[in-house]
Amino acid sequence: MAVVPVARPPLTLAERTYLPQIAAGLRTTWRHLVRPKQTLEYPEQRPAVPPGYRGVPTLVRDPHGREKCVSCQLCEFVCPPKAIRITPGEIAPDAPTAHVEKAPKEFEIDMLRCIYCGMCQEVCPEEAIWLQNQFSMTGTSREEMVNRKDRLYELGGTLPDEHLKWDRKAAAEQAGNDRH
Amino acid sequence: MVDLYLSLPPLVQGLLKGLAVIMVIFPIGGACSMAERKVSAWIQGRPGPNRAVVPWVAWIPVLGPFLQRLGVFHVMADGGKMLFKEDALPGHVRKFYFVLAPLVAMMPALTTVTTVPVGAYLDAAGRTVPLVLANVDIGILAVFAVSSLGVYALILAGWASNSKYPFLGGIRASAQLIAYELSLTLSVVPVFLWINAPGTPGTLSLSRAVEFQSGAWQGFSAASWGGVWFLFLMPLSALVFLIALFAETNRHPFDMAEGESDLVGGFHTEYGAFKWGLFFVAEYAHMLIGSAVFTLLFLGGWNPLPWVPLATLVDWLTALTPLAAHPIAVGLLSIGIFLGKVLALIFFFMWVRWTVPRFRYDQVMELGWKKLLPLSIVNLLFYLGAIAALTP
Repeated sequence: MAVVPVARPPLTLAERTYLPQIAAGLRTTWRHLVRPKQTLEYPEQRPAVPPGYRGVPTLVRDPHGREKCVSCQLCEFVCPPKAIRITPGEIAPDAPTAHVEKAPKEFEIDMLRCIYCGMCQEVCPEEAIWLQNQFSMTGTSREEMVNRKDRLYELGGTLPDEHLKWDRKAAAEQAGNDRH
Repeated sequence: MVDLYLSLPPLVQGLLKGLAVIMVIFPIGGACSMAERKVSAWIQGRPGPNRAVVPWVAWIPVLGPFLQRLGVFHVMADGGKMLFKEDALPGHVRKFYFVLAPLVAMMPALTTVTTVPVGAYLDAAGRTVPLVLANVDIGILAVFAVSSLGVYALILAGWASNSKYPFLGGIRASAQLIAYELSLTLSVVPVFLWINAPGTPGTLSLSRAVEFQSGAWQGFSAASWGGVWFLFLMPLSALVFLIALFAETNRHPFDMAEGESDLVGGFHTEYGAFKWGLFFVAEYAHMLIGSAVFTLLFLGGWNPLPWVPLATLVDWLTALTPLAAHPIAVGLLSIGIFLGKVLALIFFFMWVRWTVPRFRYDQVMELGWKKLLPLSIVNLLFYLGAIAALTP
C-alpha cells in the first residue's frame, strides 16, 4: 500500500485559543436544542409496526365469521417451546358449518413460553393462526399470561381470505361433485 | 411592615435574613438541577423528564400539563426522595469531618449571597439604592474570600471519605481552585481600577460597579464611557473571568473534582441522601453567585441595555403608567432584569457543559498556570497603562 503523507499544518492562533471551536460547538448544540425531539413517548405514541411483523400469535375468523382453526394440532406439534395446547372438539352436526367437522374446544397459547418464531403461522394449513401487530404482552400472574381461545379470537379479529376453502367445498358438494 | 421588621432585635433580623437566603437558594438550586436535566435532554434530542404530576395540578387546564411537561414535579420528587432515603454513613470514613464537609460546602455558598446586590430601587431623591442583605464596602473581596472557602468542603470530603477516588477528587479540586483563583482575582482588578478614579473615595462594592455602568448616552465624549458595560470595555477581563469562573465552580469542561468517567463521583463518591444533596445545591449556589458577580461586574447588573440604565427605563415606563415609579415596582423590575441575566448565564453554563468535552487534568493545569495567569497579568498591565493614559 502506498504511503500518503498527510499534510499537518501547524494550528493557527485562533485554533490554538480553542474559542472558535467552542463557538462552533455551541452553535451545533443550539441547533439540536431547538430541533424537534427524537423521542417517541411510548404509551401515548406507538411506533409504526412494519408489515410482516411477528407479534403476539392470534386466531382469526374468516370474513363470514367462521372460526378457521380445525384443531389439526399441527401448530401444537411444531411449536418449539411447546407454548400451544389444543383440546380438539367437534362441530355440532346441525351447525351450518358442520362439514368442517372439527374446531378447537380449547386453545391455549402460553405467552410466557412463546418465542414469537412464527412457525405455527407457517405450518397452519387453514391460515388460522397469525402473528399480528401486538408487540407488548403484560400480566400480573402466570394465568393471565396464558391466552385462551376467546382472548385469541378477540386479539385476532377477522382477516381477509382469498380462498374461502370450506365455502367452496360446501358449494361443490351441493352441486353433486363428490371429489371436491 | 418595614417598621415592624426594623423594631425586631438584630439577632431575629439576622435569622429572618438567613431564612430568606435559604428559602431562595434551595428552590433555585432545585430549579437549576431540573433546568440542567431539561437542557441536557433538549440538546440530546430528548424531551426530558415530563411524567410526574400531582393529580389536582393536572386538573388545571393549560397550566397543569405545561408544568408536567416542564418536569416541575420531578424536582419535588427528587428533593423529597433525598430527604427520606437512608443516609448511610460508611464504616471507614472519619465521621466528624465526613459530616462536616457538606455543611462547610453550604455555608460559604449561603454567606456570599448576602453580599451580592440583586436589584435596586429609586429613593425619593431619585438615587438608585441597591437591594442587598449586607451592603459591605469590601463587596468583591468578601465574595472572593468567602467563596474560596468552598474548596475546604471538597478537600475535607475527599480526605474524610478515606478512599482513593474521593481523595483524588479532593486533590484535584484544591489544585485547580488555587490555579484559577489567581486569574479570577487578577481579571477583576482592571474593573475596580477603572471605577476607582483618582480623587473619588475608593470602593470594592459590587453595587458601585453597577452604578458605574449606569451611565446614559452623552454623545461621543468621555462621559459616555459610563454607559458601556465592562464586557465591551474589557472583553479580555470578562473572558478570563468567565473561564476562571467555570473552573472555580467545577463546571464542565473543568469538572476535574467530579470526573464521573475517571473518578466515579470524585469527592462525593461516598456521600448519599441529603448530604450529597447539600453538595449538589452548594454547586448550583456557587454557580448562581458566580453568574451574579459576572452580571454585576461585566453585564451591567440591573441595567436593561448598554446606555439604557434602570432610571431611564423607569422614566419610560412612568410615561405609560405612574405606577411604575413606585419603589416596589422598580425593585421588582430591577430584580427581574438582574435575575434574567443571571439565569441566562446559568443556561450558558449548562449549554457549555453539553457542548465541550472534559479537559484532561494536565490540560487544566496548563491552561490555568501557563495561559490564563500570564494573560490576566498582561491584561492588568494593559489596563494600568490605558487608565493612566486616559486619566487627565
